[in-house]
Amino acid sequence: MKFLEHKAKEIFARYGIPVPRGIVASKPEEITDPPLPCMVKAQVLVGGRGKAGGIRPAETLEEARQVAGQILGMDIHGYRVKQVYLEERLSIAKELYLGLTIDRSAREPLLMATAMGGMDVEEVPREDLFMEHVPAMIGIQPYILRSLAGALSIERDIAEQVASIARRAYDLFRKEDAELVEINPLIVTGGGRVIAGDAKLVIDDSAEYRHPEYANLDQDRTPLEQEAHDKGIVFIQLDGDIGVIANGAGLTMATLDALALKGGRGGVFLDLGGTDDPAKVKQAFELLIKANPSVILVNIFGGITKADTVATGVKQAIDEMHAKVPVVARIKGVNESAAKEILRSIGTHAAETIEEAAELAVRVKSGGP
Amino acid sequence: MAVLLTKKARVVVQGITGHQGQFHTRAMIDFGTKVVAGVTPGKAGTKVEGVPVFDRVRDAVRRRKANASIVFVPAPYAKDAAVEAVEAGIKLLVIVTERIPFHDSLDLVPYARSKGTVVIGPNCPGLASPGQSKMGIMPNLLFKEGDAGVISRSGTLTYEIVNAMTRAGFGQSTCIGIGGDPIIGTSMVEALALFQKDRATKRIVLVGEIGGTAEEEAADFIRRRVTKPVVAYVAGRSAPPGKRMGHAGAIIQAGKGTAESKVRAFADAGVPVAQYPSEVATLLASTL
Repeated sequence: MKFLEHKAKEIFARYGIPVPRGIVASKPEEITDPPLPCMVKAQVLVGGRGKAGGIRPAETLEEARQVAGQILGMDIHGYRVKQVYLEERLSIAKELYLGLTIDRSAREPLLMATAMGGMDVEEVPREDLFMEHVPAMIGIQPYILRSLAGALSIERDIAEQVASIARRAYDLFRKEDAELVEINPLIVTGGGRVIAGDAKLVIDDSAEYRHPEYANLDQDRTPLEQEAHDKGIVFIQLDGDIGVIANGAGLTMATLDALALKGGRGGVFLDLGGTDDPAKVKQAFELLIKANPSVILVNIFGGITKADTVATGVKQAIDEMHAKVPVVARIKGVNESAAKEILRSIGTHAAETIEEAAELAVRVKSGGP
Repeated sequence: MAVLLTKKARVVVQGITGHQGQFHTRAMIDFGTKVVAGVTPGKAGTKVEGVPVFDRVRDAVRRRKANASIVFVPAPYAKDAAVEAVEAGIKLLVIVTERIPFHDSLDLVPYARSKGTVVIGPNCPGLASPGQSKMGIMPNLLFKEGDAGVISRSGTLTYEIVNAMTRAGFGQSTCIGIGGDPIIGTSMVEALALFQKDRATKRIVLVGEIGGTAEEEAADFIRRRVTKPVVAYVAGRSAPPGKRMGHAGAIIQAGKGTAESKVRAFADAGVPVAQYPSEVATLLASTL
């Protein structure tokens, strides 16, 4: 789950991380009492909005409304701006960076900071980056905060504020099941206050059940992606025209790779994961048909998901929707022969290997046998 | 021989009374696994596939001398189940469950490792040592005894590749499905080290995918420490770059993580990379 800046800041504030005052609006006329002078900031679930013109200053109420009107509806890297956040403008003495994420290799959270905040922190030389692992079992310890304060070479009073923010950010990271907590820039104001200029927050989708309060957040999905999400199906829309349904992320990717090597392009893809419920497969297949692909490639290797379960679901979906879309199926693994029998009965094109299936899908799409 | 799992393992199945637990208990027994107990709280005294069920892992360890556990418990309860197993003295723990919140894994995995328990997974197809034992969900028919060690981040893609290997006559010493989650108990490098040491393993197959830096680390390790021939497959070569939030991920990966980076790292380490999963078998033939 990704969070818009204003929502992330609301959560930051709950953990005692200082954030500027601000108001949210989805129409210019909703803006009545913005903190002035202010920054008008596009609320989108993607980075790089500043460079794209999605953050602009305003001095008066009138100007704030006018700028908001220009930013609302903008397209930023493929995301439409539906809301703006009008935030008090701060006097900036310094911009820092603070981030928390996980380091897979170390199997631990990683706290990162640099005195060179602002855009493109990944360009900052390694020696200017503070990086310290936090042992999750123990939690964030004072020595980590001491070395953080030391590394940033900032005055003591500022360093103490940064350390306190780091501690609170870590608390949030753990309690909210975050994948990413990032403050860039972390602003040091002219008055010597440290305050979160921006807020990026991503929460682990697998932990959604522990955070029902976030269930209805807009994730900017396409209507079909939203429908899939509500049904618990992994469904992603790409640029191509061949629908792919497979089980497991690795096999799904391998199938898309094979299609690319054979000159085709995956359009929608759907990972059945470890389901073993024909009703769920049927729902998934219905979604795929709705996406209107030129051909559907089914590639299943049965394990936890039994091959015949998938075949049954596919048959039910095709029967009920009277679908005419050609289907190429390649089925292996647990209960393979029963699955093949079912699929033959509905006239799918059968293939033995991934290469063969990919080639056949490309051929069938172009009107071949 | 094999790595991690031999016929000596006395396996307890946590979550044995569930649909998956039951199905795969049968399959594991058919493979030759000594499934000595099951655990489902509240179901003590019953039997599943002839296997006695207990309320607690401790009882399975005491009464049936279980020394390895496979977890089929749903994600919200998986951490609880895994910690119970570690505290009961289980030394080999396979966690099949997918979608475990990774903050649970951040607690669980380092904890289990600090107690000397080897963890495989979470979100993995498990372990199979053909001719000896299986702790996992991989279809039995795929396997054949042999001298190739398989390490995979994926589930079904592993089946695909093992199937192609077996058809081409390349049996397996052990197949390790290390799991697809960000936090896993046994890394690709650790699995490589096990196979490098194992006398029965003569060649190694790595199945990787985009994201993270496990393949780059594996390639580096192979260059320095592995003398046995290794072949690889990397899934996701056609995947478009994802839209990202923030900079932290980019800082950690430092330009790694993409399919090109992984394929290049393998090439630099002298590891041929297959284009299609089935091509792994062809590449293996050149290691003979």
